[in-house]
Amino acid sequence: MKEVATFSISHTGIIDADGKATGELPAFARDAAELIRLYRTMVLTRSFDARAIALQRTGRLGTYGSSLGQEAAAVGVGAAMRPDDVLLPSFRETGAQLLRGVSLRELFLYWGGDERGSDFQAAREDFPICVPVGSQAPHAAGVALAFKLRQQPRVAVCVFGDGATSKGDVAEAANIAGAWNLPVVFVVVNNGWAISVPRDAQSAAGTLAQKAIAAGMPGVQVDGNDVVAVRVVVGEAIERARRGEGPGWIEALTYRLADHTTADDASRYRDPAEVTAAWKADPIARLRTWLVASGAWGRQQEQDLLQACTAEVDAAAAAYLETPPQAPETVFDYLYATLPAALAEQRARFLAEAPRHG
Amino acid sequence: MAEQTMVGALNMALARAMTDDHDVVLFGEDVGKDGGVFRVTDGLLDRFGPDRVLDTPLSEAAIAGVAVGAAAQGLRAVAEIQFSGFAYPAIDQMVNHAARLRNRTRGRLSCPMVLRMPYGGGIRAPEHHSESPEAMFAHIPGLRVVIPSSPRRAYGLMLAAIRDPDPVVFLEPKRRYRAVREDVPDDGVALPLDRCFIERDGGDVTLVAWGAMLAECHTAAEALAGKGVQAEIIDVATLKPFDADTVCASVEKTGRCVVVQEATLTGGFASEVAATLAERTLAALRAPIERVAGWDTVMPLPRLEALYMPGVARIVAACDRAMSYA
Ligand SMILES: Cc1ncc(C[n+]2csc(CCOP(=O)(O)OP(=O)(O)O)c2C)c(N)n1
Ligand SMILES: [Mg+2]
Repeated sequence: MKEVATFSISHTGIIDADGKATGELPAFARDAAELIRLYRTMVLTRSFDARAIALQRTGRLGTYGSSLGQEAAAVGVGAAMRPDDVLLPSFRETGAQLLRGVSLRELFLYWGGDERGSDFQAAREDFPICVPVGSQAPHAAGVALAFKLRQQPRVAVCVFGDGATSKGDVAEAANIAGAWNLPVVFVVVNNGWAISVPRDAQSAAGTLAQKAIAAGMPGVQVDGNDVVAVRVVVGEAIERARRGEGPGWIEALTYRLADHTTADDASRYRDPAEVTAAWKADPIARLRTWLVASGAWGRQQEQDLLQACTAEVDAAAAAYLETPPQAPETVFDYLYATLPAALAEQRARFLAEAPRHG
Repeated sequence: MAEQTMVGALNMALARAMTDDHDVVLFGEDVGKDGGVFRVTDGLLDRFGPDRVLDTPLSEAAIAGVAVGAAAQGLRAVAEIQFSGFAYPAIDQMVNHAARLRNRTRGRLSCPMVLRMPYGGGIRAPEHHSESPEAMFAHIPGLRVVIPSSPRRAYGLMLAAIRDPDPVVFLEPKRRYRAVREDVPDDGVALPLDRCFIERDGGDVTLVAWGAMLAECHTAAEALAGKGVQAEIIDVATLKPFDADTVCASVEKTGRCVVVQEATLTGGFASEVAATLAERTLAALRAPIERVAGWDTVMPLPRLEALYMPGVARIVAACDRAMSYA
């Protein structure tokens, strides 16, 4: 017998849960302003998150999937991308979407049940939030195929959860990305849970990073609560893909501190002690500790930031709540580029029967 | 001008579309060097190169999903599913994404793709190679479902499907792939989508069909003509959206209608045609609308396949019943 293949999976962490550097700081992290930008986006994400839940609880928003605790994974991804790359998110990537230029109002609209929330005014080519788990992974390969065929130095970045890695379409996307050497990066945000199913019940694989190996691409693990590390590791994969050296796959280890969605009660299946313990690895607290220790941050800045984020979220929530629903005919008007004659009669009947909108 | 089979006509249309529009790319299993298992893409790899004709891994969800992503970037993705029986993993992508991308982004992103697949029975193929799944696709808002019935129609409809800005499921009746040859001018002229075609005029009974069933209807119409019954034949061609006006106008004239489909009866597209006629032409009907369809059975393997396929005898019998109805 001879060994024909071996693999190993690396794990990268730079700023640990106590806010101390355990590895060499990348160049961007020596720029306090840049770190503050990432910190600010994480805090804004959390402010949005809290407001979204409050609005849902008071009947003014639909079912909402919180990204509490996962802010670094999303912000690190968004920060690693170039503007003309394309993001294909799942539903907890608020932090990445904000860096891409998606507005808080758009996100409120989406979760509030309005399609205009996916008509991003800034990130025109980014994909909307994807609800069928993992099903956006093949789209990322398709976007990357277009980049490759057109010889554009752009990268598609696709984010999904630990649960998604069990899906066939994700495996197919990874496989074709490897076979075709596509400029795409898959980021698995492993938050430990897929609703009530824990990571260990999801797969017998020792890491979710190693799923990349079978598809012929490198797979690495990163501390998903360390925004600096996420940005470095995802950034390396993105730039590698941009150089034409093929797809990448990153498993970002984090924890879902909230219920799965506002429709879920995690106490039915998860030990609260686990959640309490996970708070010790909070991505926001650790970066704040780091910033404070490095002298770049203090009580006043923190107060100002919280106030600014609250004001920004207030304004977006107000703008969302003041946005009237779309006109009834929009139900028909975006199905096809031009309304087929066969639908014109139905549309007219629909309008005749639709309750008047104020 | 060479006479073409449906395979040749489809190949010609694909080549024409690729010549006219550099954004057209083809991919699927064995579509490159092998030219597709039915040779629909024969020679296209040599003509257009490996950047535009790509062999995929054996991966139906990826084939459809990659088409969605590429189309969202503006490529005209023409993806092949080798047989419709293997389209099921791709259906998630068509239903949840291709059909909805424009609507859910309010027009920001769209999906100009074609998902081609051979379908239907009659060629003594193995298990899972002979079914007719068109009704499943026709149920989905945002898709177009197009089925050619002849070489010429295959050419014109394929060009139209590729040029259409929205996703099209293009089902190719493989039994007709090489059944006939006809002159197909390579003129780059597309046929209209969303339109039925009247293939034969007649005042006594309307036969409505698509795909391979058109040939059966024509033979049946000849037999009926021998008995003095003039059948009008309509090729639905685009099942979704359905051009009910053309069918209803014909039935207003004839007062009788037989809808013929190869697919199993229950929940088939023939039921949609019949229901529409019942709603809109009841006063003109002189006999119950009949559906001649495959039985509600699993598609038999080849030795019993012929018992399943709707054929001339059943069509003529249905027309006879309609003609002699009180
Ligand atoms: C294909 C599919 N199956 C089931 C669901 C219902 N569902 C929504 S989220 C979810 C769990 C997803 O887990 P994971 O991929 O780890 O992402 P997370 O929710 O933890 O961010 C499930 C089962 C769905 N949306 N899509
Ligand atoms: Mg998860």
